[in-house]
Amino acid sequence: MEVNPPPPLRRIVVDEEPTTVAAPTGTARNGTGIGAPARRGPEWAGARARPARVVERLRTEELSIAYSRKLAVKKVSLPVRQGEVLALIGPSGCGKTTLLRTLNRLVELTPGVTRSGRVTLDGIDVDEIDVTTLRRKVGMVFQQPNPFPMSIFDNIAYGIRERGRKRPGRREIAPYVAQALERAGLYEEVKDNLRGPALGLSGGQQQRLCIARSLAVNPEVLLLDEPCSALDPISTAAIEEQIIQLRSELAIVIVTHNLQQAQRVADRVAFMYLGDLVEYGAAEQVFGAPEAQRTREYVAGSFG
Amino acid sequence: MSATADTAPAPTPSALPPLAEPDTAWSPLDRLGVALAWIAGLLLCLIAAAIVVYMLIRGLQFVSLKLLTTHPVPATDQSQSGGILDPILGTLILTAIGTAIAVPIGVGIAVWLSEYGRPGALARAVESGVEIVAGTPTIVLAIFGFLVFTQPAFGFLSFTAQGNAVFGRSFLVAGVVMSLVAIPLVVGTTRESLQAIPDHVREASYALGKDRASTIRRVLLPGSRSGIATGATLGMGRIIGDTAIVVILLGATLQLQGYGSTPILKTLRGTGSTLTSYVYNNSPVGEGNAPEKAYAAAFVLLAIVVLLNLIVNRAVRRSKSSWK
Repeated sequence: MEVNPPPPLRRIVVDEEPTTVAAPTGTARNGTGIGAPARRGPEWAGARARPARVVERLRTEELSIAYSRKLAVKKVSLPVRQGEVLALIGPSGCGKTTLLRTLNRLVELTPGVTRSGRVTLDGIDVDEIDVTTLRRKVGMVFQQPNPFPMSIFDNIAYGIRERGRKRPGRREIAPYVAQALERAGLYEEVKDNLRGPALGLSGGQQQRLCIARSLAVNPEVLLLDEPCSALDPISTAAIEEQIIQLRSELAIVIVTHNLQQAQRVADRVAFMYLGDLVEYGAAEQVFGAPEAQRTREYVAGSFG
Repeated sequence: MSATADTAPAPTPSALPPLAEPDTAWSPLDRLGVALAWIAGLLLCLIAAAIVVYMLIRGLQFVSLKLLTTHPVPATDQSQSGGILDPILGTLILTAIGTAIAVPIGVGIAVWLSEYGRPGALARAVESGVEIVAGTPTIVLAIFGFLVFTQPAFGFLSFTAQGNAVFGRSFLVAGVVMSLVAIPLVVGTTRESLQAIPDHVREASYALGKDRASTIRRVLLPGSRSGIATGATLGMGRIIGDTAIVVILLGATLQLQGYGSTPILKTLRGTGSTLTSYVYNNSPVGEGNAPEKAYAAAFVLLAIVVLLNLIVNRAVRRSKSSWK
């Protein structure tokens, strides 16, 4: 399925009017699409109101990625907006994680990867941004909780420290650490144990610590690669709630295998299949009235 | 499973003769194997117990505070030959030097092998180099060290006799060669624990905008602390237990014999003995002819090594909390 050519680039100013981006043809023709309230499951009814301001932060243009010869992502153009949660769904091996790892250029660590097309952050090509700066602006949370082998405090402080030559002291960064833990909804549980080892936390707490660690450097975009796949339902619910609360502060992309999860948290859904972006649209449209045959089958559970 | 059209039809189950019931009885060979495994395990326990009990009986009765705190004196009469203070100090000094050299070098090699390792040919060469050093008998390392450290360029490590002959024997020389004994162990355990850290942990650090240097320093090295500690302790055990290098490279003085006038350097450049060389000299086959004291020293040596092993076990157990 083809998508529209991207609109002209411009620098996003936070105080500006909500930016709207031309959606893929199907969505626009369908008339559902942009700005329509996402469908919510009963358990979330009333729990989330769409943030007033929706701003585009990241965008991919005709992005293709290949591992040596094998194309993993084929000419994908997608906007990522603050104020909305974008879910990438699709069966295993469809390229959604590869796409995600391209957004902070982590995919470049894999030998033999080639890329064509552009990724822009606030209108600037990510290749022109220093890679460490880019990764501070585009945070990432992984499938397995992976706290560093140090105290809870130091896990959060790790990102904040070493910015310059002089390492800020513990007292100086304590408020930032507390704030990051607060934003990830973990502060109350760990505030008396900040010096305790991070690997001693439960899996769900570890994953929220990883979210806090990413938030500590004030990213503009947060990438989540199946963040709940190793967690129990209660921890999953806690993290989903955090994701929904965070979406007004930063742009969020979540890769998930779990369609119910995508339905619960996403405002926008992109369905990928064998490297192609098959369908992109508002969550209730992709789940309720999918355009493409493939999407319909996947959402209905016929494959994947 | 659905049958595909182009394969021959499978015979119907009823057409095949029924399979024999699986034979659950053990074969005689299996029984013999299990019996041997039991015997071997029990025998090893028995030998370990025998060593400890024997050394306790023969050694402990001669261990006294006086023995541990007096200098040894060369004497033909056991009652005149003093204590084992100098060998104990010698063991401690030598172990400290060897470990202090081996840990940084071993960790460095392990980090390079595990995190860089390019070009591949060089990495393989380094790996084989470490393996060769690990497999070299310490007596060979010792005479090699003697060849090297009697060169005039290394004169500062030991003492130089009249006519510029370098003695080539001192705590420093022995410590440097001892570090070769410990380095392969440090490399092995450190590398193992670096490789046990999943790649997504490294990526999590990169995803925070960190470079490889701070990832190694702040994430990977703290994460392999227990491996480094294990390697260091195993290395210490090997250094404490080695005799050949001591006999050849530490000189043969019972007491610490300083060389020069700078307080600490004097001892390090001087000669001395360790518990192993003391046991060797005073055992019934040695020249010292003080078997009681040899047993006592052997007991102290054994106690130190057992203690180290306990520490290793604790360190390994404590490090069990890790990633999935």
